[in-house]
Amino acid sequence: MSELPLDPALTTGREADREAVGVPELHEVGCPDELREEIERLVGLYPDRHSASIPALWAVQERYGWCAPEGIRQAAAVMRVTPAYLEGVATFYDMLHTEPVGSHKVLVCTNISCWMAGGDGLLDAFRAAAEGEDVYVSGFECLGACDIAPMASIDGRYFGPLGDTDAATAIEQIVADHEVLPDKSLLRRPLAGDSGAESRPHPAPPDAGASERDRR
Amino acid sequence: MSETRMLLANAEDPELRTLEGYRRHGGYASMEKAYGEMEPDEVLSELENSGLRGRGGAGFSMGKKASFLPRGDMDKYLCCNADESEPGAFKDRELMQRNPHQLIEGIAIAALAADAGRAFIFIRGEYATQADILDAAVAEAYEAGYLGDGILGTHRRLELVVHRGAGAYICGEETALLDALEGKRGNPRLKPPFPAVQGLYGGPTLINNVETLSNVPHIVGKGAEWFRGFGTEQSPGTKVVSVSGCVTRPGNFEVELGIPTRELICDLAGGPPAGREVKAFYPGGSSAPVLTAEEGLDLPYSFEDMAAAGSMLGSGSIIVADDTVSIPHMALRTARFYHHESCGKCTPCREGTNWTVKMLDRVVRGEATPMDLDIVASVQENIIGHCLCVLGDSMAMPIGSMVRKFREEFEEVIAAAGPDTETERLNVVRAPAETLGAST
Repeated sequence: MSELPLDPALTTGREADREAVGVPELHEVGCPDELREEIERLVGLYPDRHSASIPALWAVQERYGWCAPEGIRQAAAVMRVTPAYLEGVATFYDMLHTEPVGSHKVLVCTNISCWMAGGDGLLDAFRAAAEGEDVYVSGFECLGACDIAPMASIDGRYFGPLGDTDAATAIEQIVADHEVLPDKSLLRRPLAGDSGAESRPHPAPPDAGASERDRR
Repeated sequence: MSETRMLLANAEDPELRTLEGYRRHGGYASMEKAYGEMEPDEVLSELENSGLRGRGGAGFSMGKKASFLPRGDMDKYLCCNADESEPGAFKDRELMQRNPHQLIEGIAIAALAADAGRAFIFIRGEYATQADILDAAVAEAYEAGYLGDGILGTHRRLELVVHRGAGAYICGEETALLDALEGKRGNPRLKPPFPAVQGLYGGPTLINNVETLSNVPHIVGKGAEWFRGFGTEQSPGTKVVSVSGCVTRPGNFEVELGIPTRELICDLAGGPPAGREVKAFYPGGSSAPVLTAEEGLDLPYSFEDMAAAGSMLGSGSIIVADDTVSIPHMALRTARFYHHESCGKCTPCREGTNWTVKMLDRVVRGEATPMDLDIVASVQENIIGHCLCVLGDSMAMPIGSMVRKFREEFEEVIAAAGPDTETERLNVVRAPAETLGAST
């Protein structure tokens, strides 16, 4: 039996040609001034600078559309932590994207109450309507708005209850940069027990067999 | 039956969101009383005497929790848990959106009782609208001298930061919340030490839910005795209950604890659509064992009665399933949530949620045998109590209850739903990669 060359990484846990990346220096990363100032402001809110990691990653995502590696390096340089530290944080959270996504984000709830009201079909409708557009559509776990099931979060704002035709309308409005579904905005909704609140027939439940096809 | 609105009083007024509007309805009077006329110990004993129980899920006495914080000069912290992520729960969203200053006032008073100089509101990242509203309200409160240095002319200081999470159910677990707030991945910590002794940045920390803290101004303003006039002996006060699922008027209803559950579901929330019947419901969010209509509808809605029935009031979130809902499919939907949200730190939860999803998936695809139901049930037993936090238990309890109470329905689904086509059979083979991988 011939001997294969053994990868040193297997025995030592280190790759010979790769050095561990330390804390990058600010002058190495080309951090835009506004981003640096924002992250410095965030760091100043906490007794320990590490606490600013999620807010800093939000700032990176706001600037680049996702947590791009160069953005993470910039944030790491300002925060004086390693990029790996911030990557570790970013990968833990569903809303921080470590891959490029569309400029607009639609999250459709497919959890229990929304599923009962047709959330899976709504997700399909959004996916179909967003085909070819610069809009990221994803199923999501409970968004905390079961009162407006089925619902979606569109660029961070909540809308519901949505019918399948609302999906196409919303995507058109998003792409045209118009106000999205003004009548369906959660903010305009009265309390359920108040006058002005309407009762509505609960939609027929999803077909049991079709409902468990994967949606995410 | 009508609501008893204390926390949601005047919530229909859009101006309530502003400092001026809140003050017009009597806001910040309790804080002025607490900071001006009361000693911190008096505030603490008022909270203890009120019997207020935590509204986040565990139902532990809020005053007692605050009294666990040691005295001394060390830095102490208060964290408001606004990471409401339990399926079925949306009450904190309503409270923050409609009345942010009530929460800020509650935080300021609780911070006085706990002698905390820094407070954080950890709000889930999805609640961007509510976080914006809170940010604006916090800025107003600083401006008006309710926060910052020398509050209301005293020597006291309180800094309050609204900290947005980024999408992780586990961060609602109090020690995971602390890790997330310290800038780490949100993994739970081993307890003890409890946060009251060693919490945020190693300092004593009081962690309370949004609704719990929103009760504080009312208790301090009108007194513990007055507060005890609402609700039951063991569950004083009102509760904002989120009702959703198969009801015609889903939403948040504020009621006195102890009202018949049927009134909440069938009167206030409108009940199921005509011609359909309540089959089962989760009385306290998706983590609560389900109750059948016969078991649960006529029980008083209180912490003690739900516990006696083998379930829990939890966060006060009712999800109703009517007779058209397939319980096995609902079980799969529930298990998937916990599988997705398990942080992966403890084996019983990480593996248990994974295998439960796989087995329930087989059940609804007709690939399972009735023996598999026993395995599903035994997996649940092997999760409960064996992890650092209760996320795994939160799946095990409802799934266990569904298999136990609706076993015949599971067996029918197994018998009836055999895969019809080659494609579906292939889907079963593909399931681990496509349907079970990290999603969203």
